[in-house]
Amino acid sequence: MIVLFGVFLLSLMVITALAIVRTQHLFVAVILTGIFSLLMAANFFLLDAADVALTEAAIGAGISTVLFLSALALTGEHESVRSSNRILALSVVAVTTLIVIYATFDKPRFGDPLAPVHQHVSPWYLETTPEAIDIPNVVTAVLASFRGYDTLGEVFVVFTAGIGVLFLFGARPPRNSGSPGTRAAEQGLGLRHYLIPRVVGRLLIPFILLFGFYVQFHGDYGPGGGFQAGAIIAAAVILYALLEGEAQALRVIPHKLLIGLMAGGALLYGGVGVASLLLGGNFLDYSVLAADPVAGQHRGILLIEAGVGITVTGVLLSVFHAFAGRRRR
Amino acid sequence: MELLGLYHYWVFAILLMIGFYAVIAKSNLIKKLIGLSIFQSAVFLLYITMGKVDGGTAPIIQAGVENAVFSNPLPQVLILTAIVVGISTTALGLGIVVRIKEEYGSIEESDIQEIDRR
Amino acid sequence: MALFLDIASWALLSIGGVFVFIGGVGALRMPNLYTRIHAASLTDTMGAVLIIAGVILQAGASLAAIKLAAILLFLLLTSPTASNALASAALLAGLRPDGAVTSLEEPQE
Repeated sequence: MIVLFGVFLLSLMVITALAIVRTQHLFVAVILTGIFSLLMAANFFLLDAADVALTEAAIGAGISTVLFLSALALTGEHESVRSSNRILALSVVAVTTLIVIYATFDKPRFGDPLAPVHQHVSPWYLETTPEAIDIPNVVTAVLASFRGYDTLGEVFVVFTAGIGVLFLFGARPPRNSGSPGTRAAEQGLGLRHYLIPRVVGRLLIPFILLFGFYVQFHGDYGPGGGFQAGAIIAAAVILYALLEGEAQALRVIPHKLLIGLMAGGALLYGGVGVASLLLGGNFLDYSVLAADPVAGQHRGILLIEAGVGITVTGVLLSVFHAFAGRRRR
Repeated sequence: MELLGLYHYWVFAILLMIGFYAVIAKSNLIKKLIGLSIFQSAVFLLYITMGKVDGGTAPIIQAGVENAVFSNPLPQVLILTAIVVGISTTALGLGIVVRIKEEYGSIEESDIQEIDRR
Repeated sequence: MALFLDIASWALLSIGGVFVFIGGVGALRMPNLYTRIHAASLTDTMGAVLIIAGVILQAGASLAAIKLAAILLFLLLTSPTASNALASAALLAGLRPDGAVTSLEEPQE
């Protein structure tokens, strides 16, 4: 029965994707992308991927929409219809779709517990986690401890994207701008003259921050972890910037602190690895961080998830301020 | 109902190609980035669909519940990483698009090639 | 008792679904933005209240019920605020309530 609901969601996703590609108003396309991400998050939840659903909802439907909209404010909103080689592209796409659909007939039956993907490493992870790491959420255990190297690389990718955007926007915009905008919103006043969103926003921002910290530290016991928490905390500060103005938000969390957050999180993660080297184990082997190996694993996972959350918060806020603080033509 | 399971993979194929079409056929750079993010979401759907087990639950071990069937945690870990990497590349791509707009004055691919040719 | 709870949940969830459906039909069929906001936000909030109430009945007296009540409170706060912000943004952009688009309105300080 629940698979029928999944089929309904999937059909909605296809319709939304078609609408995204066909519309010429980019603002509409960005909002539809947010809806698409939310549908995808619901579908992930139906497929028993709770952590992934939370991440997709927080990052795909939340932060991605904000980034696209801030970029749209700096570029144009309309797309001109000038695609010339449409027939060739359509035929290539149609042929490839048929080939991929033909390939899907060879896949194992949906949900088959004897499929090859469930055979090799995953049962070992599911058995070993209660003994060696002793936290309920297996996904966090695999992400933070068994596959800690991958997550280290991921933190460095996020960090690189942050410094890449900062480098790109370090250059001043060229002088040949057109007429400056006259609307009050473009002077960075935010939604200052809207009373109701300000009051409700001020009421909610502490609770959003609290929820972000809850998700950060609850990642061992339920869906959660550093990435989702970083996105939620960044969303709270972005909401503050929207309501009080970007200059005010920069006074609360200045640029130097943001750069410190960006680098500090990645440094914390690498530092945990080096600390375990110095204490006699391998790089990122948390068992040596405390007297008892299981307690060492808990400590290691806590520290690296904190590092991940700090870096993601710093990068997302830096990218937002880089886009939002750019002088418009 | 094998067809219901196959539907997930067909939707993956269709979404993949819709995103790919937006990347190759649209000339607006932001539309291309949006198409790229649809492409990435389709790949996430493929992996998570592969990880589902019949009668399974989310891989969170509840204390005191014996012999529970769990869905596969490994594709979920990979896709968690992939989502975050996707948003990082999108952010960097948007930064490049904004800089292109400032230097060239347009984000349509044909205009940019026109200006480059001169 | 369990059967009564099940029937009550069914009724609440179905009526909530009907409300959301009516909101969707209204958002499509109404003539301009302000009437669409009116249709979508009112019915969405009511539908959310009914659906979450139906799920709380199923969750019984547990931590999940408290979390659901917190979600309901959050929705009741943010959904009307969002429609207010939307309508204000539309007014600021110059869309008049009878559908005519004028020049940029001056923001009230």
